[in-house]
Amino acid sequence: MLRKGFITIGDYFIFLNKVFSKPAKWSIFLKKWVFEMDAMGIGSMLIVSIVSVAMGSVITLQTALQIESSWIPSWTVGFTARTSIVMELCPTIISLLLVGNIGSRITAEIGSMRVTEQIDALEIMGINPASHLVLPKVFASIIVNPILCVFSIAFALLGGYLTVWITDCVSTYNYIDGLTYCFRVYDVIYAMTKTTIFAFVMSTVASFYGYKIDGGALELGKASTQGIIVSSFIILILNVVITNIML
Amino acid sequence: MIEVCSVSKYFGEKQILHNINTQFEEGKVNLIIGRSGSGKTVLMKCLVGLHSPEEGKVLYSGREFHNMPDIDKQKLRTEMGMVFQGAALFDSMTIGENVAFPLDMFTQMSDGEKNDRVDFCLECVDLQNVNSLYPAELSGGMKKRAAIARALACNPKYLFFDEPNSGLDPKTSLLIDELITKITHDFNTTTIVNTHDMNSIITIGETISFIYQGFLEWTGNSHTILSSDNHNLNDFIFAQPLVQRIKK
Repeated sequence: MLRKGFITIGDYFIFLNKVFSKPAKWSIFLKKWVFEMDAMGIGSMLIVSIVSVAMGSVITLQTALQIESSWIPSWTVGFTARTSIVMELCPTIISLLLVGNIGSRITAEIGSMRVTEQIDALEIMGINPASHLVLPKVFASIIVNPILCVFSIAFALLGGYLTVWITDCVSTYNYIDGLTYCFRVYDVIYAMTKTTIFAFVMSTVASFYGYKIDGGALELGKASTQGIIVSSFIILILNVVITNIML
Repeated sequence: MIEVCSVSKYFGEKQILHNINTQFEEGKVNLIIGRSGSGKTVLMKCLVGLHSPEEGKVLYSGREFHNMPDIDKQKLRTEMGMVFQGAALFDSMTIGENVAFPLDMFTQMSDGEKNDRVDFCLECVDLQNVNSLYPAELSGGMKKRAAIARALACNPKYLFFDEPNSGLDPKTSLLIDELITKITHDFNTTTIVNTHDMNSIITIGETISFIYQGFLEWTGNSHTILSSDNHNLNDFIFAQPLVQRIKK
């Protein structure tokens, strides 16, 4: 099993070497890149906003319920919610959500192309299929995921605001005061760095599992699940590593 | 001309092809025939470079394919066209875009020139008014013809067909056979067809290579195949009751 793991890691890096080669035609690459950004971004916007509002709402409510002491200032609720949302929840949870949404779509799309010999057709035409199919997806996810993360942060903070406004657990003034208290741009840079790295992992691992399918529909389903599990696992490990390095 | 010199292919410990030596002639329809699992698809994949043979070489007009630098290999591949068993059209593109795809990738044609070429290729395979349809909207026979049109787009020197008649009714099958012969003679391509369709074997096989359990058992043509004294070939050819009746 260990040997199989090392072989898979080796295959992954060989695959990356194929992916990161010069596109056969830049105009087609750009067209595919824009198409992928549109599909990934617009396609995920609704689910990201719903999850983010809910997440922001719950984290604000939980924080307000835990901090019921006159010793702790009211703005702490907004401050704690913002810090949790910006630094941890949005980059990690939304990346994991996108693994399930975008990652599984990438594996299924490339896997079905493999099963129906469309990848072989590209290869025989003299096109590098790994670069032609995967490179636009990698670049698109590297751009789109951080944008989705920014939207997610905004929606989560909005969710928190709405909760505060409806439940009146703290005043909206104190909540906003907490959101702006000791704001550091570095926190956003840290969140964006994490999201970008997670986007790279998500798109390349999902593509790898789709690309290496050998068989039919059954293997396609298995590969999709494997892609999600492995991407999520790597993201969680990297989350710890990056946090250690950057904070 | 394509020459296959002492090609052997293994999958793990299992040897699939045993020292295959044959050649496929220019301007002719060359068939590779054999039972399912005999190794004919593996041989075709070795020819087009989807598999690399462990031993032997494949020569395209004297140029050794598998040991070429990648750039030369890619250049040679632009001279190839292949029609897969399931057509392998790109699902996300219309038929017009599918046929135009190799032109987009490898030529500097203007949009007008590309459209003319797409129309010409679709006309060659007798498909009209399908440019804006998606592959899912076509029948099996139409998909195969669209795949042939795509293979023709860049004017290939070498055309490969993997079981072009599988899953088609006898009439459509006949149409595809006629198309293969017409294209080969009109465009002087080296055409290699992988088949076990008896009608194709008898009607379009200008050279025939019979593979049996990974060995090249017999070579000949459609005129000599019925009078061959090769036991395994006769077993394969006369397996169907209809052909047995014709023989009698």
